[in-house]
Amino acid sequence: MKRILSLLLSVLMVLALFTACTPASNNGNGNEEPETGNEEEPVAEDADVIKIGVFEPLTGMNGGGGLQELGGIEYANKMYPEVLGKKIQLVVVDNKSDKGEATTAVTRLIEKDKVVAIIGSYGSAVSIAAGDIIKNAQIPAMGASCTNPMVTQGNEFYFRACFLDPFQGKVMATYAIEQGAKTAAVIMQNGDDYSVGLANFFINAFKDLTGDENSIVDVSEFQLNESDFNAILTNIKAKNPDVIFAPSAATTAPLIIKQARDLGIDSLIMGGDTWENPAIIDVAGEDAEGIVLSTFFDENDPATEEARKFVEGYKKELAGKEPIIPAVAALGYDAYILLRDAIERAGSTDGVAIRDALKATKDFEGVTGIINFTEEGDADKNLAVIKTVKDGQFVFVDSVEVK
Amino acid sequence: MTGEIFMQQLANGISLGSLYALLAIGYTMVYGILRLINFAHGDIFMMAAYFMVFSIITFNIPWFISIIITIIATVTLGVLVEKTAYRPLRNAPRMSIMISAIGVSFLLENLATYLFTGVPRGFPDIKVLTTTMKLGSLSLTVATLITPFVTLMLLYVVLFITNKTKIGMAMRAVSKDFETAKLMGININQVISITFIIGSFLAAIGAVLWGSRYPSVMPLMGVMPGLKCFIAAVLGGIGNTTGAVLGGFILGMAEIMLITFLPSLTGYRDAMAFVILIIVLLVKPTGLLGEKVTDKV
Repeated sequence: MKRILSLLLSVLMVLALFTACTPASNNGNGNEEPETGNEEEPVAEDADVIKIGVFEPLTGMNGGGGLQELGGIEYANKMYPEVLGKKIQLVVVDNKSDKGEATTAVTRLIEKDKVVAIIGSYGSAVSIAAGDIIKNAQIPAMGASCTNPMVTQGNEFYFRACFLDPFQGKVMATYAIEQGAKTAAVIMQNGDDYSVGLANFFINAFKDLTGDENSIVDVSEFQLNESDFNAILTNIKAKNPDVIFAPSAATTAPLIIKQARDLGIDSLIMGGDTWENPAIIDVAGEDAEGIVLSTFFDENDPATEEARKFVEGYKKELAGKEPIIPAVAALGYDAYILLRDAIERAGSTDGVAIRDALKATKDFEGVTGIINFTEEGDADKNLAVIKTVKDGQFVFVDSVEVK
Repeated sequence: MTGEIFMQQLANGISLGSLYALLAIGYTMVYGILRLINFAHGDIFMMAAYFMVFSIITFNIPWFISIIITIIATVTLGVLVEKTAYRPLRNAPRMSIMISAIGVSFLLENLATYLFTGVPRGFPDIKVLTTTMKLGSLSLTVATLITPFVTLMLLYVVLFITNKTKIGMAMRAVSKDFETAKLMGININQVISITFIIGSFLAAIGAVLWGSRYPSVMPLMGVMPGLKCFIAAVLGGIGNTTGAVLGGFILGMAEIMLITFLPSLTGYRDAMAFVILIIVLLVKPTGLLGEKVTDKV
């Protein structure tokens, strides 16, 4: 009996180890610089599939958002399954919302799975961490919703389909001031590039727009896996700001919102694009009412023909699962069709050729609008959607254009 | 800083501290008996929160029955972990059993990620616990208010069991000298099972109170509280139940007070917990209330 139990246990532990380290399985050659030249076709000639890597957090603090984005990418793959007469195969890896895992995950995609291009990731920190590997391997990558400027900066091979944080920070600051806010408090997650970046762009924009250096009354930081915000919120309560801006992951946000309301804080609470996630309403319940966030897309206002098709089709896919189409799913869809279009125009799966084709993208009709790329490889967008929560649903408030 | 803000922070600190204390008792008791740091304790706490979510939200069972179900399920899990992962290693070197504990911890985390995904679930809103009460400008939920009392009451019960009952006497005997206790006819396995029952019971209660205050349930939610409570147990003197509770209160209070008085250092909150651990280990390795034990290895 004892022997059977210990045997069973060791088997279970080995299994646990596997789930824990799957993306790290090729750790041995993980740190070697990949060959720079792409003389060989990354995909073996005889294979009649083209592999595109999908690099998303499916677990960890951004797991919820990663899954939403993956949904959009998979739907796009279903709609447009072929390029250059070959089938497109998606290879999905989980970067676990962790910068360390991100580098092994992306190395695995490039070296083991030999993907021709990569989509992702939700969460800027992991995208930035993977940036150098992508650049050195000369495999073009298309970020869907990573908004931090550093993702594409100085990286010829990283593109993205969404707007950037300086823009988003400005949008939120503008909105707050339009609502009559004169003071703001900011909460950010130490060590998370997305949260810190967006928080700082908001701070700068808010100071600029109010013309008052002291308009930001409190800046507090917290760390990964924190769940107690009572102390920092009590400090904030004492300063009584008009708005609290707390860009954070969908796992953390409801805790901040709920604890703020429990402490009797009635300031307007605002966040960024990560907040458009049903998990926030599920966890924070009634306390989520009235929060404000900016996002990329609104299903009730399709900008293009492609968007109309997408909304109609994807709505059916989501029926019973999610009440609205998450904006990151729309961006995931756009990222996929942008890449597919570039591969088609490049006429080959060579990394440099695809990159050049991506750069030459002109007035591409995506779900989130007409897309052109700037010099840095960012989608040239100047429209954001503001949403709030009402009766347990995300509802459209306004669309904001900033020049 | 006004007096009201300070009072609010004091309440925050006491409440957080008592949650730490509940979990720290579990660490300290297992250590006292087995000389094992039960790394899986934080994950058993996490599973308890999931049991509560499923019981109330999925099966629609009223909350007071759900709490009982959660306690039974958590205790079963705790005893099961002991029986499968620790008992077979009873005579193995202490390091092996510790590694086994780490393995169980990873197993539970990954199992939860696999079964329930990494997307956070909302902890069921138990109105009795989450109602906000206003005392002047103080704003407290019922859970915040009752947590310290629940903790102290449970501490009293645990102390009563260990000091006044027959099984408690056996526990103390096993804790003093494992081998001799065995020779004196004490049923070691039973004593250890009961230790795990008490520890898991406290983890389940802790999870209910924790969830009512911090309603985000996810597979890694037990990691940080687990580490902090381990620190609390070491701070109070690992092996000493009263010490664990004291350590929990001190740690919770220290974290909140750091943020109250040095708001610019909010990002260093976790770092401070570890600094406290290092200082304790350097200055008084046995902890505040710990006795000096001669190592039996």
